[in-house]
Amino acid sequence: MPVNPALTDRAFPATGSYLVGREKVREFARAVFSTNPLNFSVEAAQAAGYADVVAPPTFAIVVQELTLSQLLAEEDAGIELTHVVHGEQRFDHSRPIVAGDELTAQLRVTSIKTLGGNAMVVAETSITDAAGEHVATAVSTLVVRGDA
Amino acid sequence: MSAEIVHRYEKGDEVARATYPITRESLVRYAGASGDFNAIHYRDDVAASVGLPGVLAHGMLTMGLAVQPVVDWVGDPARIGAYQVRFTRPVVVDPASGATIEVVAKIGALDEEAGTARIDLTVTVDGQTVLGKAQVSVTLP
Repeated sequence: MPVNPALTDRAFPATGSYLVGREKVREFARAVFSTNPLNFSVEAAQAAGYADVVAPPTFAIVVQELTLSQLLAEEDAGIELTHVVHGEQRFDHSRPIVAGDELTAQLRVTSIKTLGGNAMVVAETSITDAAGEHVATAVSTLVVRGDA
Repeated sequence: MSAEIVHRYEKGDEVARATYPITRESLVRYAGASGDFNAIHYRDDVAASVGLPGVLAHGMLTMGLAVQPVVDWVGDPARIGAYQVRFTRPVVVDPASGATIEVVAKIGALDEEAGTARIDLTVTVDGQTVLGKAQVSVTLP
């Protein structure tokens, strides 16, 4: 089944709120080889003006993932996980994510292009905090292989 | 009297560099931390069944660690504006010897009046580039 071109018109519901945990930030920071004290030490983060430990720049992928799951769960999407390759990724931050943030994410499929037998799907996720302020936009380009 | 701009940086300057030896344990750790449990990142049989040369590092692990030297250089994570990469070559992680990811960060473009720069990352494994167009927009420290 080819990727459904109508996905670009689809309105996806905002995700439920994701509470950013302090230990999750530390766990993620260790996993990306961070040694930055702001990722681990509440004291260091507060001394730098943050309420709590600061997440590494790519932590937003954890929240974006909730919306990519929505996309894959669409029965008529024509996107099989086993055929998906991550082509490109981009993050635009208004501010860093900090432990204690309650984030919600809203997905838009901004473009679907067919190239050879493959489809390039651009999934743009806008992440906002509990006050409704923009925190980050995460953009994934997924290459959906048309073979097999 | 006009304010003199002090040119502390030039295009092409290397601002950070780091080497990350990664192992299968690193992949398991990243899977748990990120929630990406795609089996091609920890099972040789699954990787082979879909035609891969071996178990691969998560692209997001490579992207995640490659920006860390830049965060450390600018000091405050709020100075990182945008960050983008293309995943151009998979990183195969040998079960015994792992893989070594090398990161070099240089100034690709500079706007000293605005106090901003585009940092270009060169990310290689065994001398081969694994990320394309890897760019970080920063407010200069």
